[in-house]
Amino acid sequence: MSKPLTCDVVVIGAGMVGAACALYAARAGLDVLVVDRGGVAGGTTGAGEGNILVSDKEPGPELELALLSWRLWTELAAELGASAEYEAKGGVVVASSPGGLTALERFADAQRAAGVGAEPVAGDTLYALEPHLAPGLPGGVHYPQDGQVMPALAAAHLLRASGARLLTGHRVTDVLRGPDGAVRGVRTDRGDLHAPAVVNAAGTWGGEIAALAGVHLPVLPRRGFVLVTEPLPRRIRHKVYAADYVADVASDSAALQTSPVVEGTAAGPVLIGASRERVGFDRTFSLPAVRALAAGATRLFPFLADVRATRAYLGFRPYMPDHLPAVGPDPRVPGLHHACGHEGAGIGLSTGTGHLVAQALTGKRPDLDLAPFRPDRFPEEAA
Amino acid sequence: MTDRPHLAVIGAGPAGLAATLAAAARGLRVTLVDSAAEAGGQFYRQPAAELRARRPQALHHQWRVWERLRDDLRGHLRAGTVRHLTDHHVWFVERRSADFVVHALLGPEQEDPATVRADAVLLATGGYEQVLPFPGWTLPGVVTAGGAQAMLKGSLVVPGRAAVVAGTGPLLLPVATALAAAGVDVAALVESAAPRAFVRHLRPLVSQPGKLAEGALYAARSARHRVRPLFRHAVVEAHGTERLEAVTVAALDAEGRVRPGTGRRIACDTLAVSHGMLAHTDLAESLGCRLDGQVVHVDDEQRTDVPGVWAAGEATGIGGSALALVEGRIAGRSAAARLTGTEPDRAEWATALKSRTRLREFAAALDGVYRPPAHWSEQVTDETVVCRCEEVTAGAVRAAVEDLGAGDPRTVKLLTRAGMGWCQGRICAPAVAGLAGCRPTPSRRPFARPVPLGVLARESDHPTEEGPS
Repeated sequence: MSKPLTCDVVVIGAGMVGAACALYAARAGLDVLVVDRGGVAGGTTGAGEGNILVSDKEPGPELELALLSWRLWTELAAELGASAEYEAKGGVVVASSPGGLTALERFADAQRAAGVGAEPVAGDTLYALEPHLAPGLPGGVHYPQDGQVMPALAAAHLLRASGARLLTGHRVTDVLRGPDGAVRGVRTDRGDLHAPAVVNAAGTWGGEIAALAGVHLPVLPRRGFVLVTEPLPRRIRHKVYAADYVADVASDSAALQTSPVVEGTAAGPVLIGASRERVGFDRTFSLPAVRALAAGATRLFPFLADVRATRAYLGFRPYMPDHLPAVGPDPRVPGLHHACGHEGAGIGLSTGTGHLVAQALTGKRPDLDLAPFRPDRFPEEAA
Repeated sequence: MTDRPHLAVIGAGPAGLAATLAAAARGLRVTLVDSAAEAGGQFYRQPAAELRARRPQALHHQWRVWERLRDDLRGHLRAGTVRHLTDHHVWFVERRSADFVVHALLGPEQEDPATVRADAVLLATGGYEQVLPFPGWTLPGVVTAGGAQAMLKGSLVVPGRAAVVAGTGPLLLPVATALAAAGVDVAALVESAAPRAFVRHLRPLVSQPGKLAEGALYAARSARHRVRPLFRHAVVEAHGTERLEAVTVAALDAEGRVRPGTGRRIACDTLAVSHGMLAHTDLAESLGCRLDGQVVHVDDEQRTDVPGVWAAGEATGIGGSALALVEGRIAGRSAAARLTGTEPDRAEWATALKSRTRLREFAAALDGVYRPPAHWSEQVTDETVVCRCEEVTAGAVRAAVEDLGAGDPRTVKLLTRAGMGWCQGRICAPAVAGLAGCRPTPSRRPFARPVPLGVLARESDHPTEEGPS
């Protein structure tokens, strides 16, 4: 085994959240080492759409984290330029019935009170925003703050900007602890990394890292498929989704749920989500799931029926039982911090998460109350 | 009679045809699903009927083998034991609890769906040519060697007036010979393999007198047309403004590096290039079949590790038409036995097993001889486009590795978009992996070809096409 490397903080996970933690920790003056068993963006980051959304969140701690993250994303976008393909495209949530529209508008009223830009759009205004939507829709809500990045590029460029040392292809096999129980680094299959602080940014696999440190963190995989079309001239301008998406996100069901989420991208292809299933880490391609996605998308945008899907990919969202991530220090293990469990919102919430973790690492008072995100908020699993 | 097991064979090339005939002769109902208008695959590609070719066999060897396959297929089609679905482009094979559904698009538009329900499937999806990039390779006039051959066989069109045939592999000589016979001036046949490599792999090559004879026949024919192979040379650049005007050919050293100062310019309007073959494994992968490297893993009976799925021919390892025929026969016999609940009679195919072993040894020996030069990527300039669908340059791939920490093909793809376009990396994946300095890994492509969202959305669970009765 080679001589152990030392640093101020080891970040486990080279996905979007790990990259953001590395960036803000490095900018707070810490010497950071990022370690991942795979490559950059090899887990859920590389399998998502790159959503930066406020529209799908109800008032509460997650929305506060989303608004903080959104502010940080706009700063980073200016700094990184076009490299992460950041696009402040805005979101349009569409109701399919007058009753659905009333419920959606009530939801938007509450979001507006919490600081979200949300403008009801009906009839002609809706079709002025999205001319190719199916005719006859009663209306929706326009969310100008919703945006998107190309997630793998964003993670890679944030890591690069952080100046952190990056060790890909290193699997963490243990979390090292001193006699007092405090963290003193990690063991990998290619040597030890010594540090007084470790950040668990392992996403869907965050529960396994927590277990190596001897603590319980219930992160579970929630599978999703994304369908990708051939490149098209821009016909879909916003991120467009059906109002029932919000209910699906908040649901706890294990069964397959799909609600159409459709958006054009800077590169040309249209991305179509979103399916949710709790089936463990099953990587089998599911024709029923992608069929449901295609059906939902062509209902919203009939012209898509003649457009070809060239590929589909799947990923595993890190799902936690109360749909809130684990962010901040773990009172059970001094020196251990968590930054995982963001379910399908990890790209959007990564910047705020990284910022809050860096504040905690440097002993600053965090900008948001971390209590709702406490990693020890779940009852220990019955033995 | 509809209670007899129904086998769907995908691909009507040598392996698929042999499997179909073997299975049908032993009592299975077989539906042969293929994208072409006629059976035969790439190997026995036929001129379109409306061209009324007088002597199509002039472009083929083993014409008699083909005639027998064709006549047997006609017999089964007449008897109703085989159904041949032409112009069916399979995009997915769905495995359900008790059976399989083959999902296809009807050609040539590929807009309307067709589905076939079957008790088992046999994948004979064949292979396709690998072409590694070099500066100028995207110019009009640069074609694949197989593409040039297909033009000759399928449409009887001669692709140019002065051609260079280049790359590596046993395909180059027949292509050069066919072009010369069709009246094209073959200015050079450029093979990167060294004659010495043949000596190293001599034993299995000598054990195949038939194959050697075939090679000798080509050598004689190509000598008659004055096509002299230039061994241990490579095309390092293609030149032209609007289209191809010339290539630069250079000598290689023992390590596969270009010898400085050896480049010379050869004028041509066609460059037929090939760097070997790759297996079509998309359908197998989405069925969950295990792969060995880049080919479908099969057992002695050509069964994949997914129950009810057989595979034969190039999809299970590049080995040429003779091997594909033998594997198809074994697979068809195995399927016929297994699907009727009987143990296959191994004595029945003992000869086939023996020739399969011999042909696989021969294929492995050829594979040892025909390797792209080890340092091919050194000739690829940063400006050279490697992924044509997404227009990703070699420089972008190198930057992803050097600046952004990409260390595997998937990360390179995520960070550059190389392989995300229409062809899904089927063309560029080996090149991108080579430039990134990593081994190519099979990438998952759930759709074997692009499928309209309307088809995905509408498709019912009821098969649209029943098998033969």
